[in-house]
Amino acid sequence: MIMDTIKQKQRIVKQEHATQSDDFITDYEVRSLDTACINETELQHPWWYNFKYLIAGILFGIVLVKSEVVSWFRIQEMFRLQSFHMYGVIGTAVVTGIISIWLLKKFKVKTMHGETIHFTRKKFNKGQVIGGLVFGFGWAMTGACPGPLFAQLGAGITVIAVVIASAVAGTWVYGKLRDKLPH
Amino acid sequence: MIELIKQPWPWYVSGFIIGLMVPALLILGNKSFGISANLRHICAACFPSNLSFFKYNWKKEMWNLFFAAGIIAGGFIAARFLAGADALKVDPSLLSELKTYNITGTGKLLPAELFSWPALFTIRGFILLIAGGFFVGFGTRYAGGCTSGHAIMGLSNLQWPSLVATISFMTGGFIMANLILPYILSL
Repeated sequence: MIMDTIKQKQRIVKQEHATQSDDFITDYEVRSLDTACINETELQHPWWYNFKYLIAGILFGIVLVKSEVVSWFRIQEMFRLQSFHMYGVIGTAVVTGIISIWLLKKFKVKTMHGETIHFTRKKFNKGQVIGGLVFGFGWAMTGACPGPLFAQLGAGITVIAVVIASAVAGTWVYGKLRDKLPH
Repeated sequence: MIELIKQPWPWYVSGFIIGLMVPALLILGNKSFGISANLRHICAACFPSNLSFFKYNWKKEMWNLFFAAGIIAGGFIAARFLAGADALKVDPSLLSELKTYNITGTGKLLPAELFSWPALFTIRGFILLIAGGFFVGFGTRYAGGCTSGHAIMGLSNLQWPSLVATISFMTGGFIMANLILPYILSL
């Protein structure tokens, strides 16, 4: 109990620190290892502010379908080196992202609410190799990573709900076995 | 204009818009582009089961679930209102290989022989959908991100662990697609 409280306090301190500098090395314990769990706004907004992310998601979903990235055939072509398409999409996205982040840093761009933009560092652990390979297997089998799974479901392929449920189960099992897995 | 949108989008247009998700989410509210964490939020919200990995304030990450809901809506809009007349073009050598496993390219995004409710109850369909989905969920969380969190967001921020993750994703995919998948498809 006491250990838990101490750990929690340390975590809070680390989180506060996280919002101050980008040199922060992620807390391995709980919120770490995750893109979505660290970069957070300090501002309290009403819940409906989240609708802006819904709009962004809609645009992303449309692109995923219209670019045929959600196609099982495109993923098979990629892993068999039979088409440039997927490499073109991911490569262009990465280059666009690199230039965007460079510009955001260079001009010290703030968020639309005037906050400083924080960038989190990723810390290496063995999970990126072992988990990465496991995800690669799943990617080639289902022909989809998590984003396209949601887009496929929306596109009317209802059986994908089973794949998503199975992915949730996989995440849960990881959470269950986490302490026993090499990191 | 609408006719142009209805055609398949070329890789440089699609890649550019996907890349713009990175600054867009940062500017909208300091969010790092990523999707697989949603699977964790769903666990935290529905089945935390007293596991420390799922004991966190998932409501704070609600934006990510809104983003995922948007992807579902976007998929619906694209398929319902922006679908073109042209069938999906698949590489001929892939098509002829798949034919040996009785998989035909019918011009749809996914082959119905593998991705449909009846297919779920075939051995190969069950393996691809259930085991494949499980690997996606387990692997992305173990790796700390998926194609968006690592390959796009992480690489955009020049994080070398994300490069390691991306190379691992690709290695796993190449091994599965070329060495293991043929056996699964022949079942």
